[in-house]
Amino acid sequence: MAPRTDVTRREFLESAAVAGAGLVVGFHLPASGRLPGVAAAEPLAPNAWLRIYPDERVLVIVDRSEMGQGVTTSLPMLLAEELEADWSKIKIEFAPVDKAYNNPLFGMQGTGGSTSVRAAWTPLRKAGATARELLVAAAAATWRVDKATCQAERGAVVHSATKRRLTYGKLVAKAATLPVPENAPLKEPKDWKILGRRVKRLDTPPKVDGSAEFGIDVKVPGLLVAVIARSPVVGGKVVKFDATKAQAVPGVRHVTQISSGVAVVADGYWPAKRGRDALEITWDDGPNAALTSADISQLLNQRADQPGAVARHDGDPDAALAAAASKVDATYELPFLAHATMEPMNCTASVRADGVDIWAPTQFQTGAQGFGAKIGAVPPEKVKVHTTYLGGGFGRRFELDFIQEALETSKAVGVPVKVVWSREDDIQHDQYRPACVHRLRAGVDAGGQPVAWTHRIAAPSIMARVFPGMVKEGLDSEATEGGVGMPYAVANVHVDYLLTDTGIPVGFWRSVNNTFNGFVVESFIDELAAAAKQDPYEFRRKLLAKAPRHLGVLELAATKAGWGMPLPAGRSRGIAVFKSFESYVAEVAEVSLGADGAPRVHRVVCAVDCGQVANPDIVEAQMGGAIVYGLTAALWGAITIDKGRVEQSNFHNYRMLRMAEMPVVEVHIVPSSEAPGGCGEPGTPPIAPAVCNAIFAATGKRIRKLPIGNVT
Amino acid sequence: MAPITFTVNGKRESVNVAPDTPLLWVLRDTLGLTGTKFGCGIAQCGACTVHLDGVATRTCVLPVAAVASKRVTTIEGLSQNRSHAVQRAWIEDDVPQCGYCQSGQIMAAAALLATHPHPTDADIDTAMTNICRCGTYQRIRAAIHRAAKEA
Repeated sequence: MAPRTDVTRREFLESAAVAGAGLVVGFHLPASGRLPGVAAAEPLAPNAWLRIYPDERVLVIVDRSEMGQGVTTSLPMLLAEELEADWSKIKIEFAPVDKAYNNPLFGMQGTGGSTSVRAAWTPLRKAGATARELLVAAAAATWRVDKATCQAERGAVVHSATKRRLTYGKLVAKAATLPVPENAPLKEPKDWKILGRRVKRLDTPPKVDGSAEFGIDVKVPGLLVAVIARSPVVGGKVVKFDATKAQAVPGVRHVTQISSGVAVVADGYWPAKRGRDALEITWDDGPNAALTSADISQLLNQRADQPGAVARHDGDPDAALAAAASKVDATYELPFLAHATMEPMNCTASVRADGVDIWAPTQFQTGAQGFGAKIGAVPPEKVKVHTTYLGGGFGRRFELDFIQEALETSKAVGVPVKVVWSREDDIQHDQYRPACVHRLRAGVDAGGQPVAWTHRIAAPSIMARVFPGMVKEGLDSEATEGGVGMPYAVANVHVDYLLTDTGIPVGFWRSVNNTFNGFVVESFIDELAAAAKQDPYEFRRKLLAKAPRHLGVLELAATKAGWGMPLPAGRSRGIAVFKSFESYVAEVAEVSLGADGAPRVHRVVCAVDCGQVANPDIVEAQMGGAIVYGLTAALWGAITIDKGRVEQSNFHNYRMLRMAEMPVVEVHIVPSSEAPGGCGEPGTPPIAPAVCNAIFAATGKRIRKLPIGNVT
Repeated sequence: MAPITFTVNGKRESVNVAPDTPLLWVLRDTLGLTGTKFGCGIAQCGACTVHLDGVATRTCVLPVAAVASKRVTTIEGLSQNRSHAVQRAWIEDDVPQCGYCQSGQIMAAAALLATHPHPTDADIDTAMTNICRCGTYQRIRAAIHRAAKEA
């Protein structure tokens, strides 16, 4: 089941662990097998994810971070289905950091890569099935009947012959004395009662009354709040600072230098921020002092003129191009993008001689533990990571910068400290979606069919920053994902990559490198359709004849969108299809242009094939959310650099889509018995090309540079 | 520094803070009411929305001195047991994803329904300008219509 992306990701994580980045994990809870010493009043703990209490509560320990993608519901559903649990008795708790909770696709405890449900699909169902069989055995032993005559249903075991029934809570004590069964059978999908259904989210109630605890809400006795002054120039350093005026602000307790800048520590956020405003710092701007976006664009364009590290090579593209009836050339350019999670970065840390506690909205518990051990100078098992709800993740919270700051500041001042970033800090000190330049060339035959396709990607590498061991001979194979996977039937294909360091740090941004490669592939195939004077949907269909899952979503989206049917005056349609994270998504966008050329997206029809589905309501929500995320970026998203500084700072100049701009989104799920694919990210890549292809259909203007802005 | 007195969720509160402290930080850091969120600090995103004498108000730029003797309602005080029509509709439609902006969205929606018991889509577009980075707008719209119908 492990797709290429995840194999490489696991490899890099393992290589990072071996490299000794302080990422050693501590004690080990058994993933199977009962914890020793379970007494009657205690819960049954047949594995790391499940506790069944005598009062019937069924506690599911959720080992992925909840950042909106629904893991606090979909993961318990996997377990509860096989357990035959009474869903109304399910409670949830976030897992501590422990090897037992490692993401099997990463080899570390972390949430990302749209892996949560697909990685848990088998282990959590097995955990539930094992517990179910254990409870059945306990009931059979209690009644002294053959366990084959007993059946689990809705939180109880029944013996239908004698109409006897014992709830799970009443079986806890007996079950604790029995061996945990091996090879418990999994249910057939046709027998599912919870999985595949629109089960209500368990995290909704606390999210409508303000009680859900996000990282920024953490309260700890003696807690102080820190705001950090960081170099306004990316990569700059503190030369010296004068804290006199900062310390004069009422409520400011400490001013201390840490590795990312100067921390002002106060009784609350407001005095800390006022203190930071009053700080006087002399910065060394470093090597980026004169850097501009124009420089970066020029660099990427220059690099794209050179041959790169080869990521895919089929047939003989040079010969095919030379022999082609005609050629199509295009250059695409995409900007840096910030994540802008609604909850600004924050972390609370307590660094003490006897251990470290970290309360964080984090996607990467193993990394947090590693930093806690390193900075706290304690063994990893003395580091506790308390994961809160995440106010958005999108890959930003896989980073550890905000955790490192809280650890260093707490260590420096000797009390628990919550580091809180302002929105300006968040926009200006991100690890950005890579800016990049793409050169494409196709050779087409006399009938307009492509015979050669070359795609050169010049882009910064996330891996080169995060896990440099993953870059082999200049090739970051993650950076070419989606470009290498170009699915259209073309005999001669060449994809190469030019790793280009621009001086601006880059990171994982919802659907990662697929965002740009998806835009480019799905725009360029549309260019080829136009050059061939063919309908872009029919053109794709022919070239996807041997790619059934691509074809399936393409046809479903087109049919549901009424492709080819008349539209209201001024509207046009565009289509795109793209596979990422083992899921296939097609989107049709209906677009019009205002008098000023501003695009308005009225409707998006989305078809998704993500294999077997845990919860269709959550899949629909994730597709809708991913479309908004990608559409916001396509319309307006750009982080630009001047004198080494990020020019955008807040929502007034890093624009977000709002209610009045929201298209109607319709999501259609392809019924499937395939292995589950990811859901958090695959909805993002197709929206930008679908919208741009619609603009082309209306105006003949091809958008090769994002953001779209106003079409003039 | 003279204490500033106002009512929060029906309870009289007196706080000793710098008078220019935004109400948001008084609610969160002084009074421990963390349901109201910090999103931007420039009244752009609406995560910090509360009711000030019944009117939806963004508190991240509102000096606490300006609310002296006024009545503040936060998400914690909107209802008992999530019983407000907007909260019930939010649960029914499973609106939240990450949930961070939703306190502000709910307070804005509740204020809208108080003045427009049956809002049109255009009313919703005008009143609901809060940012949701998870993109839950479609469900927010549906839930507001549901709350209007069921209130």
